[in-house]
Amino acid sequence: MSLRPATAEPRWVRTLLLAITMLFLAAFLVTPLVAVFTEALRKGVGAYFAGFNDPAVRSAIKLTLLTAGIAVPVNVVFGLAAAWSVAKFEFPGKSLLTTLIDLPLAVSPVVSGLIYVLVFGLNGWLGPWLKAHHLQVIFAVPGIVLATVFVTLPFVARELIPLMQEQGTEDEESALTLGASGWQTFWRVTLPNIRWALLYGVILCNARAMGEFGAVSVVSGHIRGKTNTVPLQVEILYNEYNFVAAFAVASLLAMLALVTLAAKSFIEWRMTSAPASPAVPGDPT
Amino acid sequence: MWYRQGMKNWRSLVIVGAAVLCAADAAVPAARAADGVTLLNVSYDPTRELYREYNDAFAAHWKQETGQVLTIDQSHGGSGKQARAVIDGLQADVVTLALAYDIDAIARNSKLLPADWQTRLPNNSAPYTSTIVFLVRKGNPKGIRDWGDLLKPGVEVITPNPKTSGGARWNYLAAWAWALKHELGDLKKLDDPRQAAAVAAAQDKAKAFVGELFKRVPVLDSGARGSTNTFVQRGIGDVLLAWENEAFLAVNELGPDKVDIIVPSISILAEPTVAVVDANVDAHGTRKVAEAYLQWLYSPTGQQLAAKHFYRPVDTKSVDPADLKRFPALELVTIDKVFGGWKNAQKTHFDDGGVFDAIYAK
Amino acid sequence: MRLPRRQHSVLPGFGLTLGFAVVYLSLVALIPMCALFLRARGLGWAGFWSTVTEPRVLAACRLSFGAAFIGATLNAVFGFIVAWTLVRYRFFGRRFIDALIDLPFALPTAVSGIALTTIYAPNGWIGRALVPLGIKAVFTPLGVVIALTFIGLPFVVRTLQPALEDLEADVEEAAASLGASRPQTFRRVIFPAIVPSLLTGFALAFARALGEYGSVVFISGNLPGKTEIAPLLIVTQLEQYDYAGATAIAVLLLVISFAMLLVINALQRWSGRRHLRGM
Repeated sequence: MSLRPATAEPRWVRTLLLAITMLFLAAFLVTPLVAVFTEALRKGVGAYFAGFNDPAVRSAIKLTLLTAGIAVPVNVVFGLAAAWSVAKFEFPGKSLLTTLIDLPLAVSPVVSGLIYVLVFGLNGWLGPWLKAHHLQVIFAVPGIVLATVFVTLPFVARELIPLMQEQGTEDEESALTLGASGWQTFWRVTLPNIRWALLYGVILCNARAMGEFGAVSVVSGHIRGKTNTVPLQVEILYNEYNFVAAFAVASLLAMLALVTLAAKSFIEWRMTSAPASPAVPGDPT
Repeated sequence: MWYRQGMKNWRSLVIVGAAVLCAADAAVPAARAADGVTLLNVSYDPTRELYREYNDAFAAHWKQETGQVLTIDQSHGGSGKQARAVIDGLQADVVTLALAYDIDAIARNSKLLPADWQTRLPNNSAPYTSTIVFLVRKGNPKGIRDWGDLLKPGVEVITPNPKTSGGARWNYLAAWAWALKHELGDLKKLDDPRQAAAVAAAQDKAKAFVGELFKRVPVLDSGARGSTNTFVQRGIGDVLLAWENEAFLAVNELGPDKVDIIVPSISILAEPTVAVVDANVDAHGTRKVAEAYLQWLYSPTGQQLAAKHFYRPVDTKSVDPADLKRFPALELVTIDKVFGGWKNAQKTHFDDGGVFDAIYAK
Repeated sequence: MRLPRRQHSVLPGFGLTLGFAVVYLSLVALIPMCALFLRARGLGWAGFWSTVTEPRVLAACRLSFGAAFIGATLNAVFGFIVAWTLVRYRFFGRRFIDALIDLPFALPTAVSGIALTTIYAPNGWIGRALVPLGIKAVFTPLGVVIALTFIGLPFVVRTLQPALEDLEADVEEAAASLGASRPQTFRRVIFPAIVPSLLTGFALAFARALGEYGSVVFISGNLPGKTEIAPLLIVTQLEQYDYAGATAIAVLLLVISFAMLLVINALQRWSGRRHLRGM
């Protein structure tokens, strides 16, 4: 996009706006990030890497990968199903459904954790039954996965629904008219059309799944080496006066965040600079 | 066409996702180790260092005695939070919490252990005791010597929230006890019916004192560790009311060049209590090892480790006198004597609508 | 331009996808939420009402609402400026900054909380500069506002960016050629077109801020009646074994979240329509 002189602001306005942007982002985004790395490296590189030698940290990393590895694919399937039904069809209660899909986004993480305690806790609905069958949901891995799934539920669906609504049903209808089956249409027409939005949703979903604190904290039980995810481990290390290790582990999460953000930007750049690719999202055909 | 390839990737993504799901489902029931035995000790915030060392020592001891490989899992957090988790089903074999009230709450709310749990181990089920002391900035710039000095103009006090932190309840009650003693001169008057009027007046004074004290608190963290971090790391406040062991640990970990410990004239005898959670150990088949684990806390080794980590041992004979010398002598009052036990103290002071709420009502 | 979709689509999979979505949503979200309402019902209306009108609960809600509102307003103002510079201007490091906007999403809230507290504490990088001005940031309501602004920023920027990108150049050119000054064009043409997106972003940031827990607890100070937020009060009640009180406040928060979402959805529909009309 080239600048249009007739519709551009005077130079001083642009400079001012740029300065405000830079200052605001520096104060709110850059300093916390820099602080994490500075604190992590305060005692040198050796101390930084020593932080990862702790078996509790390793098991926290494994648990976080497992949790995200379950929550993300499950919510991808859900997001695709929800977006297909909401975007391609008309039915009563549609707007209620989309609102409900967004609900986990607005619910306090503490409440998200609490509802699972009320269902699966010893004094909850299923508590006595679970106990009788020696099953443990809360304060074990399944509870952590469930809370994470709940918290990350909207991310894929939210990215897909508006895009698929915008794209309409013409592409799919022509494919069907040409004799493709439903699955073929989905794999060959719909999926390529939405792949970037889907990937974007996956990235956001994954970031949240790996970083969730409040909800997981309520259902985790904080058993060292067993039910601590990486964010919980950060809090624990911090509370053990192990500040360097706490920030070292935190920096791992921050790096992961930066890498995914960079990947996302790269994909977006590929998307806009490769006009040959079929049906870019936002393309109004 | 390159999107065909992309399509294949999507398909494999779905397949991988499904595989991960199945794998996770299969992995879940294997929560407890197959060979050997596993204990879960649910404890409060400042015992991390103590139990890290004690667990290793006891596991070695247990291996020697029985040949069994013992793994001990630890969970730490605010005492009330931990008790709540056990009530909701955290599979604790033993609980080692900050105060008897929290274990009482488990007994009352979940029936996982009997109401008389506290009689099952010596010394009211408290294998070590502690007390509340002050941590001040190096050189004590505000000249804080005793509880009364906390109300000096310009003094900021750091304590966790008595609603959620066991340590903070001891802080609050210790301050109250000092005020009573200050008014009455002798705490024996509390039991003397002829002194009822004087005692009532002193209780009012104590309430005013504690109210004033909490008006000087700029931050109420939810747990003891949070408060220590606020005081030492953030540099906020002039005095931290802390567990004695937490204060020693802060000096050790964070450097004696930053803070000093001040011992007040009178404080409270804090009795962190331990208990086996009957229903859980019976379900896990771990009763024997769980009971041995707690009893060993009273052994010479257990007592030495407690003293090493700045808890006051109950059996002073088996502990190195050099370690004992670190604990300053001061008048320690008990909760039973001054406040009529935990249940009364909790009801009067910390329950919703109690004295503590009244402090923040305005 | 979009044609209204036909009632009866020829596309397959409606039953399968809708069925799956509804069942999944019910299992993961709706049924557990029912548990919350049922537990709160044990209180009765009178009990519920007396719990949520306690001075401490009211103070916590006031703080949560007030701080979330200020945070969302700050984000609306600065988020707009950020989105504008990112969309309209080309400058060194633009891509980097654009990517960085999502940081509060990606950074775990506990890490944000610890990092923000480290920076804004009296001995921190920014806190040190605030001390001579007599401003205390951490452990005051200001600290809550800082945390809530941090976590809400991406919502505003990310809803505004597409709206700004979609603004048609010819409308602005037409306005300019008809003699409108740049501020006039902005006020009469650009701003009205993006108001729905701005409001949507504001509402999203506000809703997220209302429930935020992880980053706030580290920086707020948790003083009852002063810096205690509503979600923290739920945790506090739980730790006192007061399940009824905790669920009452949780229900209140949940109902408010749902109401916020209805507002957001209405706003989004409005912005969609505005969008179409603009074309």
